[in-house]
Amino acid sequence: MDIHEYQAKSLLSGFGVAVPPGGVAYSPDQAVYVATELGGAHWAVKAQIHSGGRGKAGGVKLCRTYNDVATAAQAMLGARLVTNQTGPEGKVVHRLYVEKATAFERELYLGFVLDRKIERIRVIASAEGGMEIEEIAHTKPESIMQIEVEPAVGLQPFQARQIAFGLGLNLKQVSQAVTVILGCYRAFRDLDATMVEINPLVVTKDDQVIALDAKMSFDDNALFRRPQVTEMRDPAEEDPREAQAAEHGLNYVGLSGDIGCIINGAGLAMATMDNIKYAGGEPANFLDVGGGASPERVGAAFRLVLSDRNVKCILVNIFAGINRCDWVAEGVVQAAKGLSIPLVVRLAGTNVEEGQKIIRECGLPIVTADSLMEACEKSVRLARGEKVA
Amino acid sequence: MSILIDEKTRIIVQGFTGDKASFHAAEMIAYGTNVVGGVTPGKGGKIHLDRPVFNTVRDAVEQTGAQASLAFVPPPYAADALMEAADAGLELVCIITDGIPSQDMMRVKRYLRRYSKEKRTTIVGPNCAGIISAGKAMLGIMPSNIYMPGNVGIVSRSGTLGYEAAAQMKALGIGVTTSVGIGGDPINGSSFLDHMARFQEDPDTKAVVMIGEIGGPQEAEAAAWIKEHMTKPVVGYVAGMTAPKGRRMGHAGAIISAAGDTAAEKAEIMASYGLFVSPSASELGATVAKALASI
Repeated sequence: MDIHEYQAKSLLSGFGVAVPPGGVAYSPDQAVYVATELGGAHWAVKAQIHSGGRGKAGGVKLCRTYNDVATAAQAMLGARLVTNQTGPEGKVVHRLYVEKATAFERELYLGFVLDRKIERIRVIASAEGGMEIEEIAHTKPESIMQIEVEPAVGLQPFQARQIAFGLGLNLKQVSQAVTVILGCYRAFRDLDATMVEINPLVVTKDDQVIALDAKMSFDDNALFRRPQVTEMRDPAEEDPREAQAAEHGLNYVGLSGDIGCIINGAGLAMATMDNIKYAGGEPANFLDVGGGASPERVGAAFRLVLSDRNVKCILVNIFAGINRCDWVAEGVVQAAKGLSIPLVVRLAGTNVEEGQKIIRECGLPIVTADSLMEACEKSVRLARGEKVA
Repeated sequence: MSILIDEKTRIIVQGFTGDKASFHAAEMIAYGTNVVGGVTPGKGGKIHLDRPVFNTVRDAVEQTGAQASLAFVPPPYAADALMEAADAGLELVCIITDGIPSQDMMRVKRYLRRYSKEKRTTIVGPNCAGIISAGKAMLGIMPSNIYMPGNVGIVSRSGTLGYEAAAQMKALGIGVTTSVGIGGDPINGSSFLDHMARFQEDPDTKAVVMIGEIGGPQEAEAAAWIKEHMTKPVVGYVAGMTAPKGRRMGHAGAIISAAGDTAAEKAEIMASYGLFVSPSASELGATVAKALASI
């Protein structure tokens, strides 16, 4: 799960990380009000969407008057912001963050990730902040410092000092940077994050070390014990179909093809999509109905797949382990009543004969297949409008 | 022979008395697996499925001589159950549970390093279908009838794709020594490489199928090891050619977020290290036949 910049900053400041003062705004009036409350003469108006690269895309405006703040807010709210991470469709801006502008002398990079290769938290830092880490790795690889955290004892102050001195900071700045680094680490550990990124971490004239931007992602599997993170979920940032899927215990990812997929198991679901492509077609979605696919769940899966207007044919591919084919078949038959597009069903595994019998005898025009390839080939032909025996 | 388990392996079930655990334990027993008891804290002293229930794994090990367990424990308590199993000296724990926090698995794996390599518990999973040594024993939730006894090993991140491979092989008259599901999470108890090394040692295994997916460095690591150390042919397949970047595809670990994470890159690496790469999931069986014919 991802959160907004202002939410990440509020969490991190709770762990001692210095952030500029700021406030959230949902309208130009609110933006101006926040600016007056903050005081000062310069403010940054920042679009809050779940994406990096906002500055380059025009999602951050430096303002010198209240009028500037109102104009910037007016322009951003409701607009679609297209960054190098959102894809061409961009994301609609619903919230702004108005921050007191910070004059700085240096921009640094500080990141924390859960590294799958070493199965530990890895700290990454660079004196070349302000650009994306991929770019730093490409243009200034020698500036990147990395530290692995021993999970039994956690990040130690000496490691934070190594990074801080490595960034070329003076003594006053080092002690501040150590507070920031250890604070970010504690937030990562205590909130079950999978990523914390401060880019840039800036150094001011008076030796303050401040998180000018902040990004955090969290482990979905740990949300049960992190209510303070869960309540930061922003439904406007999620695909409504994916949110609807999650309510039914389904995993759905929308794609651009025309063959709707209803599959059990994430691996088989991906492989079936690949196989559709291999057979010359395009999958419309990834959908894992999971173990224990009850008729209700199968019905919800059909509704979800059909809500995509591009879908011209549905392919159900179930290899039952925990599931039982007869149970899935009953759900399929119920959901297929009144269906106006072709349906291909392939069943295998537990209780396959009973399941196939239910499909054969239901009287609906369901196309059956015995193998994965047969199911994919038939779906591709049906989606093209061809007839299949 | 087989790897990890056979008909003699003494097995307990953690979370024994729960509904799902009871159902699958009964299936395991029906398959001929040597289930000697189970653990549910607070239900020690009871009898369940004609087998004794213990309060702690340590009690179960002391009184039944258990060597392996199947853990059916909900995500918040799973890490604790794994460490308890390691502490009680079990050789093997297979954990089916989906939804365990990554940092919990990180701590479990750190905890395991307390023990010397010879005494360290092997964890298979989490978020997997389990292990089956065809015709001998089942430590998992798979449909057992699709595994014909034979001489090919299977190791897969996905449960259902492992089934697909076994079923296609059976249709061609090719059987299985052992099939291992390492699970779909970002941090697994054991990796492709761990089991590949076991299959290399197993005299009855003539070839191995490795079924990977997008995300993580495991497939590439195993492929490099195979090139250096493996004398048996290995079939490779990677699911997720059509998966978009940055999107989690069902499994917590199935996400393209770093270099080398895509299915195309992994398949290319497998091919470059001499694996027989199956071009699609529907050709897994045929590719295994080709690999066997090369011996």
